Amino acid sequence: MRQQISRLSIVFGVLLLALVLARHFLIPKSFGKIGHYRAAAVDAIAARKIKYAGHQACASCHEEIVKLHDDRRHRNVACEVCHGPAAAHVEAPTEIRLPAPKQRGYCPLCHGYDPSRPTGFPQIDPVSHNPLKPCITCHNPHAPETPHTPEECSACHGEIARTKAVSHHALLPCTGCHETQKQHKITPQLSRPSKPASRAFCGQCHGVDASSPKEIPRVDLATHGERYVCWQCHYPHFPELK
Amino acid sequence: MDPQLQPLMDVLQQVKGYIYPNEIELQWGLLVVVYPYVTGLVAGAFILASLERVFNVREVQPTYRLSLLTALAFLIVAPLPLLAHLGHPGRAFEIFLTPNLNSAMAMFGFIYAWYLMVVLLLEIWFDYRKDLIQWAAGETGLRRFLHRALTLGATDLSERSLSFDRGAGKLITLIGIPSAFLLHGYVGFIFGSVKANPWWSSVLIPIVFLFSAIVSGIALILLLFLFSSLVRGKDVDMACADKLASFLLYALIVDFSLEMLDFIHRLYEAEESIKILSQMISSRLFLSLVVLQVLVGTVLPMLSLFLVSPAFRSRGLLAAPAELRRLVYFSAAVLIQIGIFSTRWNVVIGGQLFSKSLRGLTVYKMELLGIEGFFMSALLLLLPFLILYLLVVLLPPWPDREARVADG
Amino acid sequence: MESAGEPEAGGLDRRDFLRKSLPVPLTLLALLRAGEPEAEKKAEGDASKPPAYKASEHNYAMGIDTSRCIGCGRCAEACKAENDVPREPFYFRTWIERYVVQTNGETVVSSPNGGIAGFPPVNETGIVRTFFVPKLCNQCANPPCVQVCPVGATFTTQDGVVLVDQEYCIGCRYCIQACPYGARFLHPVTHTAEKCTFCYHRLIKGLVPACVEVCPTQARIFGELKARSSPLTRFMRLHEIQVLKPHLNTEPRVYYANLDGEVR
Repeated sequence: MRQQISRLSIVFGVLLLALVLARHFLIPKSFGKIGHYRAAAVDAIAARKIKYAGHQACASCHEEIVKLHDDRRHRNVACEVCHGPAAAHVEAPTEIRLPAPKQRGYCPLCHGYDPSRPTGFPQIDPVSHNPLKPCITCHNPHAPETPHTPEECSACHGEIARTKAVSHHALLPCTGCHETQKQHKITPQLSRPSKPASRAFCGQCHGVDASSPKEIPRVDLATHGERYVCWQCHYPHFPELK
Repeated sequence: MDPQLQPLMDVLQQVKGYIYPNEIELQWGLLVVVYPYVTGLVAGAFILASLERVFNVREVQPTYRLSLLTALAFLIVAPLPLLAHLGHPGRAFEIFLTPNLNSAMAMFGFIYAWYLMVVLLLEIWFDYRKDLIQWAAGETGLRRFLHRALTLGATDLSERSLSFDRGAGKLITLIGIPSAFLLHGYVGFIFGSVKANPWWSSVLIPIVFLFSAIVSGIALILLLFLFSSLVRGKDVDMACADKLASFLLYALIVDFSLEMLDFIHRLYEAEESIKILSQMISSRLFLSLVVLQVLVGTVLPMLSLFLVSPAFRSRGLLAAPAELRRLVYFSAAVLIQIGIFSTRWNVVIGGQLFSKSLRGLTVYKMELLGIEGFFMSALLLLLPFLILYLLVVLLPPWPDREARVADG
Repeated sequence: MESAGEPEAGGLDRRDFLRKSLPVPLTLLALLRAGEPEAEKKAEGDASKPPAYKASEHNYAMGIDTSRCIGCGRCAEACKAENDVPREPFYFRTWIERYVVQTNGETVVSSPNGGIAGFPPVNETGIVRTFFVPKLCNQCANPPCVQVCPVGATFTTQDGVVLVDQEYCIGCRYCIQACPYGARFLHPVTHTAEKCTFCYHRLIKGLVPACVEVCPTQARIFGELKARSSPLTRFMRLHEIQVLKPHLNTEPRVYYANLDGEVR
């Protein structure tokens, strides 16, 4: 063999051996057992401590209150939403107590008015809604009820109400177009208000021969966009004018 | 709050539009700009060396060994910026232990080891072996010991043995060219394969990286060649300098065309990301991309080389005297280095200045001190020159034929 | 041996192809690794893991109904508490975005401190539509982050969750660059990559992720992807489902209902 080759072979042989040895001794033992990773890492992550105990954990001690809570509107709002992570409290119930947010600022996190929130979600304007009174003076957070059924639709449909309030339809009551059962205010999902069904409904005010005040814009229902119902082009809560 | 996080608070104030909250912290900073810049110089310098060997370009022969040593000096430094930017530099060896074969980055270990051990060191060794033996014979002390140790004991000086050296050297060069392409094409692929990032994700990126590497490598050797002639008090071999400048111009034209192709292609396809990218170019990247990379770093040197280098006519379009040509070559090469560094900056930093939500722009706050700061990067860019100096002292790359130099 | 135990996938896609063609180099690796003691008592007998839990029998996913999200930020808050996520506003495993699509054609998106402290009032004029969207790691079935990790420090578990190995991550941040959703960050203390784990430590105890636990409107639904009946299967049946950035073929396992086209 050429001298050069044999000398270089020694150098490369030593390096290769070092690599093989390093691999043998340094690769973590659990690496590659399941996939191309340390199987022990999964166990380490699985072994992390939980902070939120889960709503089932509360029932074993706070039976009464959980029973009440599970029956009412906030049934899907887990205890730890308001009271914070409870795992430590479950382990040491007397030493570690959980906070109960009673200040006025807390409830608006969910119930403060925000147009980005889905319509139908109960929202109030924290500035004008019984200013300075803590929410819990009127509402029991475990069994929330409005002190009286909301007389205003805006309690839940704030975004629509606010839009309508600055539109040409501001003076029309919601119930003028939506027939609403009393039950809707109690179980809103089960008793839905009605919606107008025909062009003739809008025609009562906007038709050419309607008996409404004359400054209300008129269209000839026979020719005006005859293939469509009115609200396919106009938004009744904020009607567009040409 | 941790005072170290204050810079992030400042960034938060300067965000324009919307970026994902986790994007406030820019992950790859100046060090990761330095890395592709340095590997580009390695690949470029090596490809230049290969020209002489494989294609027998006589004129650039004086730079052959200088190119190899330059490539080696920069290759030794290349992994350092990467290492320094890791969250856990101590775990870097894992890339050799359990490389994820699906990961482009995991290939770094293999490609680097291949290029360093199999290509560069071997080629230098075969090229220098005869000289090492002869030097050692006439020396004493440390130099003699080092030169002897570097022969690895292979001291056969027979004609058969020397012709084996030449043959092996040529073979390695042949392997070396695709390897050099691989080295820097791969660095481009690291960025080009990130489908989440529309600024990076492009098949052209590896090729653009490659040609910009060749440009920067030739420019660097041209600089070193002119500089070393000056330091050694020799007349500059103008045949060599002219040839280097011509190659530099050719490479620059190809590089610029590819970059323009990439640019026009993006503009014409006008995908979802085009709005935010054009906003970024016209605001955050205007100086580094339009001014530094394109105008100062490419167009200006291209025009000046086009005018004075003998690339297209044997005497150059302007028939400038040697002194002026040297000056133009020198300044063009410096401008090109600035331009290529800006190119790397625009790729690495630019790719992180816009949000992947395509809705906003952030800023990059460069630290001065600290491991990822300006001084660290400056140090890492000076280090190869120090290593090169040591290599040149240990393995003088200068051709013995003084006669040729006198001609120039 | 490398491909054993990967979660089963539908037809022969690119990953399967890669996985099936990879064994050649992988066998070489395996050979290099041969002779390593296989038994590893410590990892096996971990007390915190119920013996009944078999990862390969699960396949987790999350559903998000954007039309239910009220942007209260309780999920982001709970996530930070449950997972010790740094409190500074640059590190989130989950966050809420608010979209305001305006009549002038512009869409304004915001997520101040991830939505943890709620959202400031929005100018109500000139809005076409506006809504909240919770974001988190999409736990992709084809995760780009796992693909790019050079050392195997981020991976998909047998139950379909993408995790990060804090002890093994080298902190190169390639995974953060590769994530199209901005779901990853570098932990400022451990200097390793971090992201949502679907609260893996809760899952194996039979609990749901903290964000799901505290969502007051059930905008987040969690469960087994292939269970015959579960809130998640109901969710998947009753809604038109979309995923984020489907063109990137990451195959997210976070499914959105009522997702607006503006959401990216």
